[in-house]
This record gives sequence, C-alpha cells and structure tokens, in this order.
Amino acid sequence: MNFTFTEEQLLIRDMAERFFRDEYDLDTRRKHQAMPGGFCPETWAQFAEMGWLALGIPEDLGGVGGGSVETAILMEAMGGGLAVEPFLSTVVLGGGLLIRGGSDEQKGDLLPKLAAGELLLAFGYGEPQSRYDLNDVATTAKADGDGYVLDGGKCVVLHAGTADKIAVTARTSGDARDRAGITVFLIDADAPGVTVRDYPTVDGLRAGDVTLSGVKAGAEAVVGEVGNGLELTEAVIDRAAALIAVEAAGVMAATTQCTVDYLKERKQFGRPLGDFQALQHRMTEMYMETELTRWLGYMAVVRQDGDDRPPAARAAAQAKAKAGQAGRLIGQEAVQLHGGMGVTDEMFVSHLFKRLTMIDHVFGDAAHQVERLADMDVGNAAA
Amino acid sequence: MELVLNPEESAFQEEVRDFLRTSIPPEIKRKVDLGLKLVKEDYVVWQKILHERGWIAPSWPKEYGGPGWSPVQRYLYEEELAAASSPRLITFGLKMLGPVLIEFGTDDQKARYLPRILSSEDWWCQGFSEPGSGSDLASLSTRAVRDGDHYVVNGQKTWTTLAQYADWIFCLVRTSTEGKKQAGISFLLIDMKTPGVTVRPIKTLDGGQEINDVFLEDVRVPVDNLVGKENDGWTVAKFLLGHERFGIAGVARSKKQMERVRDIASKEMKRGRPLIEDARFREEMAQVEIDLTALEMTELHLLSEQAAGRKPGPESSILKLKGTQVQQAITELLLEAVGNRAAVFDPAILDDDWPGPGNDGPAIPEHAATVAGHYFNWRKASIYGGSNEIQRNIIAKAILGL
Repeated sequence: MNFTFTEEQLLIRDMAERFFRDEYDLDTRRKHQAMPGGFCPETWAQFAEMGWLALGIPEDLGGVGGGSVETAILMEAMGGGLAVEPFLSTVVLGGGLLIRGGSDEQKGDLLPKLAAGELLLAFGYGEPQSRYDLNDVATTAKADGDGYVLDGGKCVVLHAGTADKIAVTARTSGDARDRAGITVFLIDADAPGVTVRDYPTVDGLRAGDVTLSGVKAGAEAVVGEVGNGLELTEAVIDRAAALIAVEAAGVMAATTQCTVDYLKERKQFGRPLGDFQALQHRMTEMYMETELTRWLGYMAVVRQDGDDRPPAARAAAQAKAKAGQAGRLIGQEAVQLHGGMGVTDEMFVSHLFKRLTMIDHVFGDAAHQVERLADMDVGNAAA
Repeated sequence: MELVLNPEESAFQEEVRDFLRTSIPPEIKRKVDLGLKLVKEDYVVWQKILHERGWIAPSWPKEYGGPGWSPVQRYLYEEELAAASSPRLITFGLKMLGPVLIEFGTDDQKARYLPRILSSEDWWCQGFSEPGSGSDLASLSTRAVRDGDHYVVNGQKTWTTLAQYADWIFCLVRTSTEGKKQAGISFLLIDMKTPGVTVRPIKTLDGGQEINDVFLEDVRVPVDNLVGKENDGWTVAKFLLGHERFGIAGVARSKKQMERVRDIASKEMKRGRPLIEDARFREEMAQVEIDLTALEMTELHLLSEQAAGRKPGPESSILKLKGTQVQQAITELLLEAVGNRAAVFDPAILDDDWPGPGNDGPAIPEHAATVAGHYFNWRKASIYGGSNEIQRNIIAKAILGL
C-alpha cells in the first residue's frame, strides 16, 4: 500500500503545473474561448506533443500507457488553470469508451489519431428527461438490415460542436428506464441526420444538443456489446466522475490560493484583511476541504482501473459528492472573502467559482451521489 | 499509488488480526462494544497482553522496545485494534512521554521510565492545562522553585485525564518569569505519591468521572526529574504535541463506530421497518462515510509521504480537526438512531460493572444505554489536544502564511 506519487508522476505534475502557470493565464483563456469551437487548436497540438493525449493508451496504439492516476494529475493541473480544451470529452469520455469497450479495429483505427491530436470525440449519455440517470434512454436504435437507424436526441454533450465523432447511448431493446437494452454507438458528426446545436456553457466551455433523425449506423459503429451498453457507460462515467473530482480539487486549490493572496494584499481598517481571525478560519476550512477532496478523488481514481465495479462505483460516487459539496463551499466563500471584487468578471475567482459550480452538474451532483450511495450496499464502510 | 495490500502486508494484517481477536478478554470486548465504563484493571490487563506480544508501542524505535514497524504496518495495526474492540491504549506514557524521553531524556531517565511504561507498571497522566491556561498554554503559572537538589512546586493542574489511576504526572511548570512566557517553562516528572499532591475529581456532563483537578502544594521534586534543560520545557511540549499525529484522526475507531451505527439501525424500528431501510437515514450514513473516507485518504497520503522519508508538517492539524468532527458526527448518528429512548438514563451505567438492562433500572436496550452519554462526553474531542480553533490558527499561520 502506497498512496503517494512516483517520481515519474511528480514529473508529469511539475510539467503540467508549469505549463498552466506560465502559458495559460486568464487572458489566454479568454482568447481561447473566443476562437471558433471555443478552444485553441495550437494548444491542443501542444497537449499532443507533450504526450498528454496519449496517456492511458497502450504503447502499440500510439499511446504512452499509464493508469488513470497520471490522467488525474493532468486534470488537477487543468483545473487550476481552468483549461477550456476538450480533454475531458475526447480523452476521458471518448478515449475511455474505446479503451474499455472498443473492438480491436476501433482501437487500432482511432486511438493513434486521438493520441496524435487528430481526432476529437464527444459522448452523449444524457437526455432532457434523464437528469443523471444513465439508464433513462429514450433515443432508439432500430435494427435495419445489418445496421441500425437512430432517432432521438442528447443534451449538454460536452464539446459536441467540434467533435469528429460522437458516441451516444441508444435503446436497441426494452423500455425507457430498463437497465438492459442500451447500446453505445459511435457515429460521425457529419453523418446524415445528425444535427448539433453548439453553445457556450456558463463556466466557459462548449457543449451541444445533438439531434438524431434517421441516422444510419453500421454494426461496426457499436462500441462494446449490443444491449449491454449501460455497464460500459457506467464504468466510463464513474471514471470520469472520479477524474473530475480531482480536477475540482485543482480548481479548489487555485480558488483558495487566490483568496489567500488577495486577502494578504487588500487592506481595510489599516491592516490586511488576512490578519482577521474570522476570515483566517474560513480560509483554513477552504484549504482543508480542498485536501480532503483531492485525496478522496485520487482514491476513487485508483479504484477505477480494473474490473471490480462495485467498489469503483462507490468510490466515484463518494468523490463526486465531496467535490460538489466542497466546491460549493469553497466557491461561495472565495467570492464572499473577495468582497465586491468577487462578483466581477474581471477577477479569476469568479471564473473558478463558476467552474466549481458546474462541475457539480456533470455526471451527477452531490445529492444524486449521496442518494446513490444510500442505495448501494451500506455494509462496506470506508476503504 | 497502490491501495491494495502487498503479500507481506496482507500476511502482517492476518497475523495481527488473529492475535488480537483471539487474545482480547471477552468481558473487556463487551464493555468496549457497548461503550461501557472501563476501569484501570481493564486497561492494564489488555496492555500487558499486548506488551507480552511486543506490540504495545508501535511507534517506538526497536532499541527501546518498539516492534520496528513501517508506517503502513502501524496503520494496519491501528485498524485491527479498533476492529477487535480493543480499549483505547492509554496514550500518556506510550504516545506522549515515551517519545519525549527517547528524544530528550537522559540515559538514566530512559532506563528508569521507559520499561515501566511498556509494561504498564506506571500509569502516567498529563499536567499541562491550568485553570487560567487553556488554549494559551504558555501563560501557565504553576511555579517550580529550586531548593538544593529539589524543585518545590506549587500550583494547580486541571482537566487531568484519569489522574485518579496515575502513578506519575508529567508537568509543565514555570521556572522563570524572565523574558517571553514560553521561555520560562520546564518539563518535570512528578511522583503522584509525593506529599502535597492532591487529586480532586471533576464530574463531567454525562455523569462520568475521568477528569480531575490536581493540586500541587509544596511538592518536592528531585532535579533529576527534569526532562530537557531548565526553561526549555516549551520545546519539549511542542515536540510532544506535534509528535505522533498519526492515529489522531481516529479513523479506525470511527469505522468501527459506523459499524455500531449500522448495527443499532438494524435493531431500531421506524414505521414497521428497521431504521437501516430508511433512505433518509442511509443518506446521513453515506454522508458521514464520505467525510470519513476523505479523512482516511488524507491520512494515508501523509503516512505514505512519511514512509517515503518526508517529514510530516503542519498538515496533520487537518487530521485532528476533521477527525474529531467526524467522530462527533457519528455520535450524532448514534443518538439519532436510538430515537426517543435516547433520553432514558440508568444511573447504574456509570458503575464499574453494569449488570445489563432490566434488572432494577429502567428498561433500555443494551445497544442504546450509553449512546446519549457518549454524545455528550465526546464534545471534549474538539476541545482537547489543542482546540479545533487553535488548529485553525496553526493552519492559517503555518500553511497559508497568514
């Protein structure tokens, strides 16, 4: 048992932190957001050059290997830098689906392109009525000769507007909320019948609503097994939830740090605000909650590698719940402690706050996760 | 990062588990499981069993009688102790004075005191707090005046846990009033049998008697009993308070207590069903387990850093603060779980040997009898050992640079 980083992992962390510190300030972020697609293609190419897109992909498929911890380390740094690039949608969700469920052909064809930065992916798993329930799938895929015809729609699909291919869950059999009968399809974003309405998100990223009308998909478009797509989806989303909990810890650390820095500078009553114990104690809470979220998050990330699903699901739910709860506290406190400046668009803190808030609303918010935990076997306590 | 135990660690865990579960006397286990009062003999009997096995002082260096375990092994041992319903090991000698003597003691002091701590022949208590010195510990005013080969000590210590059982007390005393208040403090070992030492019990809100006032009136203490240099006691005290932060979060015991919550919730009924089937209550349990697991992982990370040769820093204040918050949250869950019968008080519960429910006392189920008392008693946890507000001051200063 060892719950800290290896030397190699520390190198990845240092490199990533340095990148976001030196090359990715708030102005850079604003420029990236204003670009078509809402991110910077050159920066994406840099990610590829640094090997970030190849993490978790086997070496014989153009990747650099590694487990989820390395990916989490990157995401923690991306959290601190408020990166807007489509790492989560392409690498974690799209890549995650392919690595866990893809056929040899799909992997061999797509993963090298993904690692090289030449393929952008998105994953539509949610629908307007589904809230956070992954089994609530109304989109249908009806058998049609050797293939399928898909009809329906997916909402808030992260980076759908720039994706080359979009994975979607669709019902090949069963009723609206059945666990069985769901299949994952990977379809071309420009296939006839696919429409993406692209929009910005409140926290500065991009997402889209995807409409599918009579979209033809061949059998080769199926990722994983027909009818068993829910297990694959759950595994990928739980892993993403664990990873985004660590990203959230990165956002929280930046939020706490900028608050501490600001309160050391800002003077009232003839002294820095940071001298006041009432404010100090609130910042200590922000610091502690960040630490707790980070290490719970890494625990959950470690649990995602492998096939022991109940502990992985439980750990992901715990980490995501914590990220939502601590994120709300830290974000609100940071804005309050910044005073009037905290509610301006000018300050970094307001953007951190929005990101923390919206992280709670992907992959199931804190209330959803706590409810999930209560429904799971309560017989296995911590660890 | 690896959360799975390797084969050696698993074997160690197995060995410890087997020994602890088969060695703990059943009557002691029952008291611990039900939260009943433990008396001196209970602690001593159990500690002697652990001592005989060589496991009484996991953190001590091997040359002083420790087992030479790694941080991971010590963590596993703590887990198994709690899981086996072990009483808390009395920390004053094992985790406080022992490490202090190993660091600051003379060879004579080490030879004289350490073996008797290991064997539980000497019961130590801690004389730090005074009526006028709580969080502001350095303001303490118990005086020790040199008189030949002795110090003459006058003053009062308070909140002294289990002083009624103690053979010895280690005290912070003022040997100088010059300069900064921290600069005139010395660390002194006092035999409780010395004339002039008086112990007076303080009854706590749960009706229990575990803390005391200790009065010191013209107590003559040989100068050989000074640990470290005269007027350098603050350094010793800081070492004592900063040392051995692991385990301070109480994670292993909190996990065990969550089992108790689950057990009680399986016995208590709500709307014709066991409480454990109530979704709202299960959500409350899930919430505490989130916080408990987060705490455990934070501790495991710090422990792994230590195992990698990096010294623990002020981050360990998190463990004390959040650890006691989780412990208190669990006492609240327990209280909630027993429902309206939380209010039932059987005075016999305070006796050394509670006969169980339904004798002459009120009819209260065994599992519910100590729950309210425990809830009230455990408010102490966020106050002792540097109150949680003091821990926040430490974090603000030492980590956030405020």
